[in-house]
Amino acid sequence: MLSAAGGVVLAVDEAPNPWIDPSYVTSNWEPILRYLGEHVRLTVAAVVIGALIAFPLALLARRSRYLAGPVLGLSTLIYTIPSLAMFAFVAPVTGLSAATVLIGLVLYSLVILVRNFLAGLQSVPDDVREAARGMGYGPVRMLWQVELPLALPSVMAGLRIATVSTVALVTVGVIVGHGGLGQLITGGFNANFYRAEIVTGALGCVLLALLADLLLAGVEKALTPWTRRARA
Amino acid sequence: MDPAGPGMSVWQDAVTYLNDPFNWTRTNGILELLGQHLRISATAVLVAMVVAVPVGVLLGHTGRGGGFTVALSNVSRAVPTLALLTVFAVTPIGFGPTATTIALTVFAIPPILTNTYVGFRGVDRDVVEASRAMGLSERQVVLQAELPLAAPLLMTGVRTAAVQVVATATLAALVAGGGLGRIINLGFGQQDYGVVLAGAILVAALAVLTELVLSALSWALTPGQKRLPFLQARAGGPVAEVASPL
Repeated sequence: MLSAAGGVVLAVDEAPNPWIDPSYVTSNWEPILRYLGEHVRLTVAAVVIGALIAFPLALLARRSRYLAGPVLGLSTLIYTIPSLAMFAFVAPVTGLSAATVLIGLVLYSLVILVRNFLAGLQSVPDDVREAARGMGYGPVRMLWQVELPLALPSVMAGLRIATVSTVALVTVGVIVGHGGLGQLITGGFNANFYRAEIVTGALGCVLLALLADLLLAGVEKALTPWTRRARA
Repeated sequence: MDPAGPGMSVWQDAVTYLNDPFNWTRTNGILELLGQHLRISATAVLVAMVVAVPVGVLLGHTGRGGGFTVALSNVSRAVPTLALLTVFAVTPIGFGPTATTIALTVFAIPPILTNTYVGFRGVDRDVVEASRAMGLSERQVVLQAELPLAAPLLMTGVRTAAVQVVATATLAALVAGGGLGRIINLGFGQQDYGVVLAGAILVAALAVLTELVLSALSWALTPGQKRLPFLQARAGGPVAEVASPL
């Protein structure tokens, strides 16, 4: 433990080490932006790729109960594996690259999204499906124009949860040197417990997550105008 | 992972590492790290239970603070575990088991609190009214009527928190803490992917095992679940989703 115990004053306790230091942010603007960029890129890529894989999987799982069991079981298993172990499983193949982090993140977001997509599709009332079929809707048109709009709240909820937890998870990517703002957190820790750097990284992650959540909430509102009309 | 090529030898290295008894028994070996990992995790979950269960019971019983618990569990999802582990490590507490335990406790509180709240909130008001009418005191209503009915969700909360904590304890290795994550961290430091993989296998196995053991435990401990089918229907109903991958 680093403290002034036993009368020994360490240099680390002598120097001022404030938690919040605006001058750190202004003088290190460039690396902060670079890490932020990586953080955003990894998050967006992980959620988008996850959604692209989760969608057909959810459609498949809905088709039959025999497929739904294994899909949900496997996703629970993936969910249980700690992120550090996940990156460690992928790293022997892809090495110390951003791809290692991305693959791990895709797997996690995939799990959240499959569940929510499936729940959304299953929440469509049978009556509505029946009525659409009676009106001559084919399976593709029914999916796009009837089922997806009705499943949208659940889909968007999944996207929001996946995005927020992915933003938090990117930080663990520091293990392979691609942790976005997480690099600031461990960087500050390793640079003699430089608190301003740690707090910048941590606050940056939280703000990014909240911003992404707000953004997606706005998208959800824009995509479901009928919920607004119903409330008004 | 590709079965041929470099992938295979890494798996062989990992198996070799795990098969060497010396790697298990030496100082800072697997057994010692596992002990640290479990000690830190168990302390964190117990402390979180002591804090969160009474609060959850109180809020659920009185029906207040629903918005607070939901907001808490949502915000906690956005805070990176690594950030909290690091922040506590650079306070005067210093890095080590204490800082790790405190950080993990903070993360274990939201799932336990939310599920306890939802469990107690979800108890049929008629049951509460009936038990009051039968002359039960407020304490007896909570302990004898509401607790058995809320137990499945309470146990879900504890299980979620415990699995989360065991998983998160791995990250302590990134800020010079103990636990099984050290093996992964060391492996990366030495660019030895066999060791990295061995650590990953151990950590993943521990997490899955924790989930299985606690599922079995909560199934065994939940009162009346096998006799009263309506409880199962309730447990399968909408439950606050509070888990997040770690």
